[in-house]
Amino acid sequence: MRSIKYLAAALVASATIGGASVGHAATLDDVRAAGILKCGINTGLPGFAYTDDAGNWTGFDVAFCKAVAAAALGDGNKVQYVNLTGANRFPALASGEIDVLSRNTTWTFSRDVDLGFTFVGVNYYDGQGFIGRKSLGIKSAKDLDGASVCIQTGTTTELNLADFFRVNKMTYEPVPIETNEEARVAYLAERCDVYTTDASGLAATKTTFENADDHMVFPEIISKEPLGPLVRQGDDQWADIARWTLNALINAEQYGVTQANVGRMMSGTDNPEVNRMLGNEGSLGAMLGLEKDWAVNVIKSVGNYGEIFERFLGTNTALGLKRGQNALYTQGGLLYAPPMR
Amino acid sequence: MAVSGVPAGFELRRMWTDERARSALFQVLVVLGLALLVAFFVSNTMANLQARGLEPGFGFFGDTAFFDINQKLIDYSSQSTFGRALVVGLLNTLLVSALGIISATVIGFTAGVLRLSNNWLVGRLITVYVEFTRNVPVLLQIIFWWSVLTGLPKVADSLSIGGALFLNNRGVRMPAPILENGFGWVVIFFALGVVATFFVGRWAHRRHMATGLPFPMLWVGLGLLILPALIVFIVSGQPLDWDMPERTRFNYRGGFNVTPELVALWWALSTYTGSFISEIVRAGILSVSKGQTEAAHALGLRPRLTMRKIIIPQALRVIIPPLTSQYLNLTKNSSLAIAIGYQDFVSIGNTVLNQSGQAIEVVGIWMVVYLSLSLATSAFMNWYNSHIALVDR
Repeated sequence: MRSIKYLAAALVASATIGGASVGHAATLDDVRAAGILKCGINTGLPGFAYTDDAGNWTGFDVAFCKAVAAAALGDGNKVQYVNLTGANRFPALASGEIDVLSRNTTWTFSRDVDLGFTFVGVNYYDGQGFIGRKSLGIKSAKDLDGASVCIQTGTTTELNLADFFRVNKMTYEPVPIETNEEARVAYLAERCDVYTTDASGLAATKTTFENADDHMVFPEIISKEPLGPLVRQGDDQWADIARWTLNALINAEQYGVTQANVGRMMSGTDNPEVNRMLGNEGSLGAMLGLEKDWAVNVIKSVGNYGEIFERFLGTNTALGLKRGQNALYTQGGLLYAPPMR
Repeated sequence: MAVSGVPAGFELRRMWTDERARSALFQVLVVLGLALLVAFFVSNTMANLQARGLEPGFGFFGDTAFFDINQKLIDYSSQSTFGRALVVGLLNTLLVSALGIISATVIGFTAGVLRLSNNWLVGRLITVYVEFTRNVPVLLQIIFWWSVLTGLPKVADSLSIGGALFLNNRGVRMPAPILENGFGWVVIFFALGVVATFFVGRWAHRRHMATGLPFPMLWVGLGLLILPALIVFIVSGQPLDWDMPERTRFNYRGGFNVTPELVALWWALSTYTGSFISEIVRAGILSVSKGQTEAAHALGLRPRLTMRKIIIPQALRVIIPPLTSQYLNLTKNSSLAIAIGYQDFVSIGNTVLNQSGQAIEVVGIWMVVYLSLSLATSAFMNWYNSHIALVDR
């Protein structure tokens, strides 16, 4: 249903007001004029995008929305969240319904090149896995011949699934689902034997099961799923703002800038890299068309990458995810942000 | 029209005072305005697509789809094209619409007649059914029936009927026929039976009209349809085998599976539309004046025959036009399939759109296809309506 609504919006937008806001270079000006950032997030995925006790959207993906709002508007709370399914997220971004999409979206060639979007980086290195009942008595995804598999439509996981079963010469019954919540319902009703999505999503979904111990995530990771935020192609300034917001979050972790100490560090440190990032030296903010203290606002608002990860996904949360590939390169992970100079 | 020849003493002022000229002028202006608006939409859309680096066109139909579909009436795999995926979706839409139209009609006619019944309990029960189903949004009914069906026994506890048919929360798994060499003859003799039934039926009808003698058409027709085909089937050594469902670790394999999504959608659409049809049928029957019934009874016709021969034919004239709207509604409502994951035309179109990024094209195809389906249904029903219209003699 929602997807239809957004398609209609996409059509109307592309046909009418399109000339005014879509494909037009100055997204930053539009966001500033509106005084609010429209950010596309998941319809609900524990850890990544969910509502807290007070009913506010929060989570790992939501934090990136706040970071961009803090960079562009100086206030991380000036965000209007738009909840999107796997199928309607791209029309929503293409039509100008949202300014940035931060919805555990896999960076692929065709999405970057053919669909007309720009991925600004990777904020979570993931891979596709399977979750099933322990009572099935299987140990590996390669034993799934003949199984019914719940799958979110319009995702890369749908394509990987087809490849995986074809390559391993196995058959399966796909059970197509629109959202993670519907998949959960269908899986728990045993409409399908296993549910497949990104391993982080499986960990997140498993936390909502009543008897989580009866279920297991199979060891196979069948794909690369570099998840990251993206913007419309054609507005390099806006893409740069999103990209360097992400880089600032990662660099801040590397240089030990935290939500707690950023206020002190902005008045000057021994590290020129930190000084440039926080606007104490140089004019990086102005180069982006932003305030001098843009990165300070970002970190004040959400903390550095490591803080965000530990707050929503880390070992002290219900998800209990280890940093793994998502640790800094200095700690054996893949996160490596270019220097800020 | 009005300006075919400029009359003598033509004045521009008269364009305004002459009613025919004025109306022509306005019509030309409206058409021009409409054309400009369409041109604006088209050029703006094209410009925006280009600005975003998207290539409009239907070339993506030939690209490989790479995704799987669970219910397919024609061969399809993840190696097939987007175009073929859309055809699979269209066939799924046609399947559920056709099934829905048939069962909604049966339900609607039965309920419509029964609601007029003199039996208090039957009348009330039908009233409850009609008022309940037609006043609850059909989307909720679809989701309700899907929940009911997925609440059926799990695969391990499947209900088995004779060890051949298995019912569980993943659908009904039944044996599928495998046609072997020689089955073609059975089909040919069945077709001959159909032709024979048609001609005998016509002859019987003519004789009935001319002489008033009845003919047991039902039994003769059934005999003509079944007997020759059955004899050929036995004589040629029963060239038919069954692909039996077989339990595997996860599911039943083999045979033919009807998914709970199809059944839920079909049943919800049938009962929902059926309740509207029953009201249309009731209105149609009540529109036939009571004098007709009384006259039929006076001639000695029994109530059932009165209904079949006198009331229904006259009521049909009132019933058919609104019935057409209900058929169109049912077909269009089948796109709610997406809510429960039945892979109909919209659902698969959505996936194609999302994997290919060709939003405008896919939405365009949706519109054209549903428009064509609706127009085709309307055309058929209009033909049928004129076919049964009262002939003035």
